[in-house]
Amino acid sequence: MAELSINERQAGDVTVLDMSGKITIGEGSVALRGAIRKLIEEGKKKILLNLSQVSYVDSSGIGEFVASFSAIGREGGQLKLLNLTQKIQDLLAITKLLTVFDTYDDESSALNSFK
Amino acid sequence: MTEETTELTLPSRIEAIAEAAAKADEVAGRLRLSEDAAFGLDMAVREAVTNAVLHGNKQDASKPVEIAFTDAGGELVVTVRDRGTGFDPANVDDPTAKENLLKASGRGILFMRNFMDTVEWLPHPEGGTVVRMTKKR
Repeated sequence: MAELSINERQAGDVTVLDMSGKITIGEGSVALRGAIRKLIEEGKKKILLNLSQVSYVDSSGIGEFVASFSAIGREGGQLKLLNLTQKIQDLLAITKLLTVFDTYDDESSALNSFK
Repeated sequence: MTEETTELTLPSRIEAIAEAAAKADEVAGRLRLSEDAAFGLDMAVREAVTNAVLHGNKQDASKPVEIAFTDAGGELVVTVRDRGTGFDPANVDDPTAKENLLKASGRGILFMRNFMDTVEWLPHPEGGTVVRMTKKR
């Protein structure tokens, strides 16, 4: 079974990536990078990462969030985070990245924030 | 007091990181660490082994990464040795500084220091660097 599975769905003009598994160095980080690259190539620039089923993220995974945020930003788009687990929230606090990312606890608020 | 040590030697491949983390989880279970302590141990070991594989041994699979978990009574001591040319943590940028926040890497040591009680880097007398981490039980 893949370390990270990513399901893509469209909510209006926002692309939601429902992710499940681990985002760690190697397979998980590479899968997220590939998914973001594909969305950029398709011209999709409003991206919401749903992390509710992400059980573990290491520094490589956190770095991939940052790289994705920057890549989408360079294209004039936005990347936001939805349903952070307590552990992921703690990691973003430790790294002071809660000051960088827009994070949401419910999907409708997150989707509305892109308008 | 009896010390119990669990040792593991792995080739410098990315896959070694998950193997080391699995061993850390096994040790945490045996020592009945709390869920938070076990998470922190797993994370610190992942990051230390990542640094050893990527930066110390530069993914040269012929160079081993040696990991040891020692239950020293009141604390757990974890060592990770690479065969690199040395490491000075003072040369690592603060990843929480404003100018570094958007860098894609450089947060591993922050996590190691956050989740363990002490972290230090020592040159090994026979070559390479040992990162020594402790966690009170």
